[in-house]
Amino acid sequence: MDTATTSAPLFTSKELVTDQEVRWCPGCGDYSILKQVQTVIPELGIPREKFVFISGIGCSSRFPYYMETYGMHSIHGRATAIASGLRATRKDLSVWIVTGDGDSMSIGGNHFIHLLRRNLNVNVLLFNNQIYGLTKGQYSPTSEEGKVTKSTPYGSIDHPFNPIALAMGADGTFIARSMDRDPVHLKEMLRKSAAHKGTSFLEIYQNCNVFNDGTFEMFTEKATKKQEALFVETGKPLLFGQNNELGIKLDGFKPVVVNINENGNSINDIWVHDTSDRVKAGILSRFFDSPEKEGHYPRPFGVFYEEDRPCYEDVMEDQVNQVIAAKGKGNLDKLLRGSEVWDIK
Amino acid sequence: MEKQNEVLEQVIIKFAGDSGDGMQLTGTQFTNTAALFGNDLSTFPDFPAEIRAPQGTLAGVSGYQLHFGSVNIYTPGDKCDVLVAMNAAALKANLKNLKDGGIIIANSDGFDPKNLRLANYPDGKSPLEDDSLGKYNVITIDVTKMTRAALVDSGLGTKEIDRAKNMFVLGFLYWMYNRSLDITIKFLEDKFGKKPAILDANLKVLRAGYNYGDTTETFRTRFQVQPAKMAAGSYRNIMGNQATAIGLVAASHQAELPLFVGTYPITPASDILHELSKHKSFGVKTFQAEDEIAGICTAIGASFGGSLAVTTSSGPGIALKGEAMGLGIMLEIPLVIINVQRGGPSTGLPTKTEQSDLLQALYGRNGEAPMPVIAAYSPANCFNTAFEACRIALEHMTPVMMLSDGYIANGAEPWQYPTSGDLKKIDVKFATEKNGENFLPYKRDEKLSRPWALPGTKGLEHRIGGLEKQHETGNISYDSDNHQFMVRMREAKVEKIADYIPQQTLDSGPEKGKLLVVGWGSTYGAIKTACKMARSEGYDVAHAQITYLKPFPKNLGEMLFNYDKVLVPEMNTGQLLKVLRDKYFVPAIGLNKIMGIPFSAGEIKDKIVELCK
Repeated sequence: MDTATTSAPLFTSKELVTDQEVRWCPGCGDYSILKQVQTVIPELGIPREKFVFISGIGCSSRFPYYMETYGMHSIHGRATAIASGLRATRKDLSVWIVTGDGDSMSIGGNHFIHLLRRNLNVNVLLFNNQIYGLTKGQYSPTSEEGKVTKSTPYGSIDHPFNPIALAMGADGTFIARSMDRDPVHLKEMLRKSAAHKGTSFLEIYQNCNVFNDGTFEMFTEKATKKQEALFVETGKPLLFGQNNELGIKLDGFKPVVVNINENGNSINDIWVHDTSDRVKAGILSRFFDSPEKEGHYPRPFGVFYEEDRPCYEDVMEDQVNQVIAAKGKGNLDKLLRGSEVWDIK
Repeated sequence: MEKQNEVLEQVIIKFAGDSGDGMQLTGTQFTNTAALFGNDLSTFPDFPAEIRAPQGTLAGVSGYQLHFGSVNIYTPGDKCDVLVAMNAAALKANLKNLKDGGIIIANSDGFDPKNLRLANYPDGKSPLEDDSLGKYNVITIDVTKMTRAALVDSGLGTKEIDRAKNMFVLGFLYWMYNRSLDITIKFLEDKFGKKPAILDANLKVLRAGYNYGDTTETFRTRFQVQPAKMAAGSYRNIMGNQATAIGLVAASHQAELPLFVGTYPITPASDILHELSKHKSFGVKTFQAEDEIAGICTAIGASFGGSLAVTTSSGPGIALKGEAMGLGIMLEIPLVIINVQRGGPSTGLPTKTEQSDLLQALYGRNGEAPMPVIAAYSPANCFNTAFEACRIALEHMTPVMMLSDGYIANGAEPWQYPTSGDLKKIDVKFATEKNGENFLPYKRDEKLSRPWALPGTKGLEHRIGGLEKQHETGNISYDSDNHQFMVRMREAKVEKIADYIPQQTLDSGPEKGKLLVVGWGSTYGAIKTACKMARSEGYDVAHAQITYLKPFPKNLGEMLFNYDKVLVPEMNTGQLLKVLRDKYFVPAIGLNKIMGIPFSAGEIKDKIVELCK
């Protein structure tokens, strides 16, 4: 969604709070996401009534009830399709899709990839907690192999989706990752999502403290975050580690982790992130190994990739306008009459 | 030699050939010519599901039946008077539907040993050469040879030359029925204007076919079919799916709302999408979605935003849309769902017709999910039905299902088309102000429908969804009393529509009597014709065709009990029958045909006679 820059917000965060009681479990990561969204939305310079939040089914999909905007809590997996129809016909609206890993990667996987290739100007917030919460704890399409859950007492045998790589493969035009436990980063990613014209896809690591507690803690908790999370920013070298002493160097197409202070390495050798580089974004999206795996890469957070590509609804409207320019506005009587008529007297 | 002219009231021609022989085009051209001449008519295309079934086989036979006359015509006809058979398979597949003494126009080149073998004629013996066709009037023409001869100097290759064969047959039939070539000449000029060599070849062969009839002494009789005495006015020819599409555009115009169609291609509904995608000058937005579910969901999104939103499909696709239809019912938003029915279950018979989705339309969703259902009864009536579906959806804030079927979707008939001034306005009011201290999205009006508040309207921000709603506020509610109240409210709201639709009328026959034939959908023409035939033989029979299947017109029950017996012919195992028996406790009798083909008038007449005796 394009943003107009204004100095004074048109409404406050408080005015985004509804009269409905928030019913997520105490301690759920969704609370933080709701708070950051309610903080960022008023900054965008768009009137409150122009926002629409559309969700599917799952814990995350309760989100619209807690936003004093227009909203629809739809059916499982279909928020992306419903939002597509809305945005295709209402270009004046700021449309946000709130979905989970079950909703968008499993039952709604088809609509998700087609939304990305069409590039409607909407924002997708994927709350990824790697578990089915609302149905009380079955593994999800993003759960790791071997995961023991209610439906996998002997461990999951499913290979998980890598949502960022999936979005790359579907030709998404804005692909980013953030986490519930880093409000500053999350707000920044929400702002960037909103600023992108086209489908912005933001995967948010979200802790389900009831059914999958701590699944992302290696990336989110102080003790390990610096070592395991790689915060990427365009124009900046890929550095991580307690003192940013580690970096990623490209050896051909192979990324290599090096210590910039050792073995004659220099910061000048480190891969500089460029969100417009599709090939490198593809490599980065593959930094997906389990932190437990020997020699794994750190997990990237930030904008992986961004490109400017025409939006479906703009091209759709252009086509209508071109036809009208060429043929004139449709005349109903002409249409009813058709090309060949005869009279009976 | 002097040619004779014989005057006929009505003629049924079946054009049959291989899928690649261009029989659909030949049939359509003859139809347009007959229509513009002023004949009443009805058509029935019948083609294989395979785009290119093996050449020469029975599976690959494509047919087009045309019934035209100087009298009123309501069906494509039972048995045909003329069978055009471009090859042996076409003859074999259609001979049983030719009247005794009927005319066979056979392309002898299509009866060579290879074609005979593919059509399973024993020992490769041609039926044209033994006496098996003795009771018919067989006209054998080597169409291939004639076509090639006509184009010997054209410089075209054999393949391109042979493609013009159908024009020879068409030209010959134009001669036989005293028709002008003008309409087809104009059509060919439009179609091949940029390919002068092909245009020339087609025109030459068309004329060659005509002249062949004129000059060959074998044929002595030509036929005259005078224009029909139809109501005075302006007419055009129209196919069902085309009429549906135009009906949607007209409704969008009369409601002053943009039309959005979210859909996925499926036989036999795709032509609605094809037609609508041509009408961008009306601001129509067509969205070819990734699947059936996305088709209806994009439409739901567009409806939420204030468009006239439509999704189109056939049975299997409707099954996939079920959950989203339920959402539409909970959201109480306007949405038109069009089901062009085909043979089922599962993939069933994609190119054949059936009426077997009525119960699916009425009941095929989880939970108590009432939805208005209306059915079109003829190709031209698809226009009115599509328009009416939109009116009900918009004025009553509800999803509506329109039922059509493959038979009327692909069939054609003359249409006394309306002008925009003849069309009703569709009354749409968007909410602009609060209707309480807070905005109450589920506060109802006298029709029991709720306000339509569009995103972007200041002060009316609200959330809707698939979870049960609290009365008026629309907030999530698990309260048991509220649920029962809302379930009954949604049903009452749909039933309330009965106050805003016409009473059921009789199509023909006495107001009280021995027998009422009740139909719905595409059986209309066959029932109408059957009743007419039966009454002319002195049987006391009336006919009512139901458009409004949910809710029923208020007087329907009373009407049923004005007769000793009620007969319900359907192309299913008795679905309307079940509903009528359930609702009115009427001991109605079914006449059921599930063969993928429409009823003949004769079949229904026989049953009427049996019940009246």
